[in-house]
Amino acid sequence: MSPSPEPRPRHRQAAHDAVSARALARSPRQAFWHGVVQSLPFLIVIVPFAILFGVVALEAGMDVAQVMGFSVLVLAGASQFTAVQLLSDNAPVIVVILSGLAVNLRMAMYSASLVPWLGQASPAQRAGLAYVLIDQTYALAIQHYERHPGLSMQQRLAYFAGTAVVLCLPWMIGSWLGATIGQAIPEEIALDFAMPITFIAMIAPMLRTAAHLAACFVAVLAALLLAGLPSGLGLLIAAPLGMAAGALVETLTERSRT
Amino acid sequence: MTSGQDIWTVIILLGVGTYLIRWSFLGALGGRVMAGWVLRLLRYTPVAVLPALVAPLVVWPAATDGQPDPARMAAALATLGVGVLTRNVMLAILAGGGTLFGLLYILP
Repeated sequence: MSPSPEPRPRHRQAAHDAVSARALARSPRQAFWHGVVQSLPFLIVIVPFAILFGVVALEAGMDVAQVMGFSVLVLAGASQFTAVQLLSDNAPVIVVILSGLAVNLRMAMYSASLVPWLGQASPAQRAGLAYVLIDQTYALAIQHYERHPGLSMQQRLAYFAGTAVVLCLPWMIGSWLGATIGQAIPEEIALDFAMPITFIAMIAPMLRTAAHLAACFVAVLAALLLAGLPSGLGLLIAAPLGMAAGALVETLTERSRT
Repeated sequence: MTSGQDIWTVIILLGVGTYLIRWSFLGALGGRVMAGWVLRLLRYTPVAVLPALVAPLVVWPAATDGQPDPARMAAALATLGVGVLTRNVMLAILAGGGTLFGLLYILP
């Protein structure tokens, strides 16, 4: 990222200081509620998404307990959809697990980037936090911490807890709701395509740079060429090829810029 | 469909593995710095894995016994287009779903 050439206008700086002062003055309880409030807009996406997962998993032949097993123990939307898709395709168990884990590898990045902010928390606190480290809690927390570097550990943890309650519990409740409603949806509605549409909708907003486009394009091409392989195997080859393509284009773009 | 026992194996191992990924640096690895090339690859996991998973489903849908289907193809394109333009996941899903049901209704 390039540093902005002009200094910030005075009044915006003052406003920012006021926001920061308010953030620093919050009690842990207030910091918790601040996290709660800032997470609420995300529910517009999370709840329908969770319901969809319940419906789709049920459609793929799972029972309510298994749907809940996914949403409570795995607690990661994209990998849950991936696993259900591959399971309904009768892919070998090991392929299903590896693909699901591959989708979640990005969370290692989140974990690493939170260390400067939360590395000093107790081991139990960090262990609890890891459980609720999802895309949205991470995005909110890292923004909040970087904006207000002076926050105490108590304030940071309380804010994270607030986001986790609002974002993780509805995921579980929504999945249960979906699995329950799903039983009432008539057979003739074409739900087979709900999963592909969901995946595409998740991917599209990520296609921000040439590198992301290259990763996507190479992965798609390889997956189509390898579609004849036993189920799931093509994915395990196509995905790393796509990742390598993305990394390569990123390297080239950086080099041409400097 | 896989057996119930296999499904639970997937749920438990995927759950444990995902937890360990989340816990990795916060827990065991502490302040260790990830190599640049590792970070670089990790950045592209979702955008490579998910399209690779979905592409065959779009081109050869299970519901039509693997025959390419104009309604499903159009629905996929509508989802992608709206998703790229609006960056809104729910809008993209609605566009795709609407296209699919609209076309299934119109087409014989």
